[in-house]
Amino acid sequence: MFNYIIRRVLYAIPILIGVNVLTFALFFMVNSPDDMARAHLGTKHITPQAVAQWKTQHGYDKPLFLNPDNTGINMFTDTLFYTKSLSLFLFDFGVSDAGRDIGHDIKQRMWPSLAIALPVLFIGLLVNITFAMLMAFFRASYIDVSGVILCVVLMSISSLFYIISGQFLIGKILRLVPISGYDTGWHAFKFVLLPVVIGIVGGIGAGSRWYRTIFLEEMGKDYVRTARAKGLAEVKVLFKHVLKNALIPILTGIVAVIPLLFLGSLILESFFGIPGLGSYTIDAIQQQDFAIVRAMVFLGTILYIMGLIMTDISYTVVDPRIRIS
Amino acid sequence: MNKYYLPHILSLSLGIMLFIAGCQNQAQNNPYRQQDKQANIRYATFTERPRTLDPARSYSSNEYTFISQIYEPPLQYHYLLRPYQLVPLTAQAVPKPIYLNKAGKQLPADPPAKDVAYSVYTIKIKPGIYYQPHPALAKDKKNHYIYHNLSSRQVRTINTLGDFTKTGSRELTAADYVYQIKRLAHPALNSPIASLMSRRIVGFKTFKQELAKAYKQLKQRQPDNPFLDLRQHPLVGVKAIDRYTYQITLKGKYPQFVYWLAMPFFAPMPWEADRFYSQPGLKQNNITFDWFPIGTGPYMLTKNNPNRQMVLAKNPNFHGEKYPSEGEAGDKAKGLLQDAGKKLPFVSKVIFLLEKESLPTWNKFLQGYYDQSAISSDSFDQAIQVDHSGKMELTPELKAKGIRLYSSVEPSIYYLGFNMLDNIVGGNSERARKLRQAIAIALDYEEFISIFLNGRGIPAQGLLPPGIFGYVPGKAGVNPYVYRWLHGRAQRKSIDEAKKLLAQAGYPNGINPKTGKPLILHYDAVITGDPNEKARFAWMRKQLAKLGIQLDVRATQYNRFQQKIRTGNTQLFSWGWHADYPDPENFLFLLYGPNSKVKHGGENHTNYYNKEYDKLFDQMKNMPNNPERAQLIQRMMAIIQRDTPLVWGYHPKLFQLSHSWNRISKPHGMANNTLKYAKLDPKLRAQLRTTWNKPVWWPVWLLIILCVVALIPVIIKYWYHEYHRK
Repeated sequence: MFNYIIRRVLYAIPILIGVNVLTFALFFMVNSPDDMARAHLGTKHITPQAVAQWKTQHGYDKPLFLNPDNTGINMFTDTLFYTKSLSLFLFDFGVSDAGRDIGHDIKQRMWPSLAIALPVLFIGLLVNITFAMLMAFFRASYIDVSGVILCVVLMSISSLFYIISGQFLIGKILRLVPISGYDTGWHAFKFVLLPVVIGIVGGIGAGSRWYRTIFLEEMGKDYVRTARAKGLAEVKVLFKHVLKNALIPILTGIVAVIPLLFLGSLILESFFGIPGLGSYTIDAIQQQDFAIVRAMVFLGTILYIMGLIMTDISYTVVDPRIRIS
Repeated sequence: MNKYYLPHILSLSLGIMLFIAGCQNQAQNNPYRQQDKQANIRYATFTERPRTLDPARSYSSNEYTFISQIYEPPLQYHYLLRPYQLVPLTAQAVPKPIYLNKAGKQLPADPPAKDVAYSVYTIKIKPGIYYQPHPALAKDKKNHYIYHNLSSRQVRTINTLGDFTKTGSRELTAADYVYQIKRLAHPALNSPIASLMSRRIVGFKTFKQELAKAYKQLKQRQPDNPFLDLRQHPLVGVKAIDRYTYQITLKGKYPQFVYWLAMPFFAPMPWEADRFYSQPGLKQNNITFDWFPIGTGPYMLTKNNPNRQMVLAKNPNFHGEKYPSEGEAGDKAKGLLQDAGKKLPFVSKVIFLLEKESLPTWNKFLQGYYDQSAISSDSFDQAIQVDHSGKMELTPELKAKGIRLYSSVEPSIYYLGFNMLDNIVGGNSERARKLRQAIAIALDYEEFISIFLNGRGIPAQGLLPPGIFGYVPGKAGVNPYVYRWLHGRAQRKSIDEAKKLLAQAGYPNGINPKTGKPLILHYDAVITGDPNEKARFAWMRKQLAKLGIQLDVRATQYNRFQQKIRTGNTQLFSWGWHADYPDPENFLFLLYGPNSKVKHGGENHTNYYNKEYDKLFDQMKNMPNNPERAQLIQRMMAIIQRDTPLVWGYHPKLFQLSHSWNRISKPHGMANNTLKYAKLDPKLRAQLRTTWNKPVWWPVWLLIILCVVALIPVIIKYWYHEYHRK
């Protein structure tokens, strides 16, 4: 197992380099360092000297990948790519082009993101499993058919609709929670309530349908027939045997997304004024802040790779038949 | 098992019911803490994170919202008087320049610009003004600064400015103003006005170069955030005469300079703060000038979380400015002078909350959780209705809440520019001029204002917006090439007249004689993501189609658009300008030849050049506001109206809504430091918030009942299922 993890971590290095090169190339295909300088310096009274000075000061005066003015290794090291990207591998995210410490901002913004993402994930999981079990239990009955129709309807509605109608109905008409905003500590509860409810409701359709399929697949297996033949009550069959086995694909799917929860939800956070990481990257792209973009892409890649490794490990935990070698 | 759980379930349900019953009349949607219910706090919003709060770098309105309340330049605009008038803030008086000739001999007052070699501004500041409490100024008993030599261990424990336990203050001196002017030349700051000041302040250019050299050397020795002590580097044109007096020497005559003295660029900066923020490690914790200002103004920034909340609290050391006791005619009747002579500021704290979306902001304003609001296009119909005479007023719903509407024309212009370097639309030929005039008639900006701005704007007749010296209202101010005065108002000329001009230009019915096909013009625009964008482009196409001209819209990202403008690779484009200061020079320079974008990198984006206009501009720019200047401006306006380098577009109107608990206020197009005049009644606000926000619980009960009812067939089915199996 340990060797496997080490091997997977080592595989991650070329992936990270590749993602970095790609992000770098894509960003600078759209924005030149001159554009970045102008975006940061504002629109009035900007001179070419000020642009040049900004580039020098922020290290954007170097060539992108290859420096023909240098020789040997310096041709590669005295470039924008090398100077800006290497520190990321040491988890030094540096300072944004606007002058803010990125690591500090990430640390500060990940908590509000988690305050929404974690309850949405776990409560949502509980709700979806319960609903899926219900449909599976009454499979092929009008309850199952109604449940599936409801799921399809819920899946077909845009998340933006849930947000706007939730804010309108619960925040504005019923006046039960604040429409938007955030506070620290326990005071955050009233602000995360509505986005969490919306996040859960928005996920019921897709989640429940998927889990229903898994449950139905499991319920068709021999061990379930055996359990029923032994005279076990259907509830026991479902909760003791089916659920346990169906959890393998469910849990492994969940484990893969856990690290990505740190990155938050863009639309939900934007509409509810939650100061999370969801809008951090988008804001940075709009403000042409390459330092933040590359840091967030790097972080996203690492979290994604971590998720995949954790998925592999979780397989061995929930299913003893699987061994990693 | 059921017996065991039943009491718990019942008591929990009872508890929830009691809690809900107890909450019946309390506002559950209040986003603020209960203890602030009746506090004298103003709640406002900001839509994007400020880029910087450093007065040497900041140059945008969303940043000025904060720093103008904190930093105090020597001058400010009078809150009530119109036209806009400069009055002293920390200065004892508005400085009057002394003009010198090349030999250094003083010239009589207001000499011709050609005789003036230097203008000397001597500014005397008021004594007894103190900085806000700040750790940079904290001293120990031995009079040593406590936090000027932080160890790396100390720095590690500091995450925000509030982590410094001790603060100090000191008196504002003239040297602080000198220090800030020197900061404008600092190579690490890239001040947007550094190049402008290099042309104006004596010795500034050389000083800037010297500073760049010194900084480079210093950075080699100390790469991490080095402190360049600007006190050690003299600037010839700026010096402190004594503790309360400083002097600025300009090259030539530049009467508009006083307006710069009302901008945060010229606010004071204590050297101690620069020294403090230059310590290694603080930048890594975002403790810099960009995020933690230090000023003498009515407010100080006590909480700075640009990702969520910014808080301005009363500066305990504020020098006690008084509310103005004179205003325009009618201000007294409106109640604007009720607080004359009272100490400012009135509000003890201002909380700015980050709200990116307009819909939640609007709804929270209606619930009373924001004190003021702008009107977005989405909410316009909910807020404003047009009566039978075309007058805009609040809807009955808003009137019933006691909300007030303020509107004012902004000192801005949004226009459609012609690239005067272009072969088809540009140039000084009669053909091109008539083509531009025809297009100017065809673009119906009255319709544009009605469709896209909900009527919030006035069609521009020239460059100058109302409120700026030289603006002429009524018949005399009408652009005769686009409008004619009929029935007491300006009426756009007919499309037939535009077609005639087009035919005279050589494009009958919009047909290009060279190709025999409709003339194709290219319109460059920025992709903003605005939902109305496509409709706007379609409108533009429709306007030119009236003349038979085909418009090709080339929408690009802002970067590409700017590049096209810089290189002159455009035909038609949209642009705008907001006044830096209320002087016609700040608008008329947009068409001044030596300011052209392609050749000189200036703000004349159309690259318009007219010798006569430039000559008149040179004459006009240095004159005081007198009838002679007004006459020159009219001559300039006549030239540009005839040449039509722009389709004049519109001057936007600002609509602001304010709740009944706010004291009546007066919109100001130029001043940004008006927060100190704001006053509110927190008791009335708390009362109205409670009335407006009574929670509605019955749908929750209904939902619970529905869920229970929905479960009944499920339970029955389950029992049947189990029974059937047996």
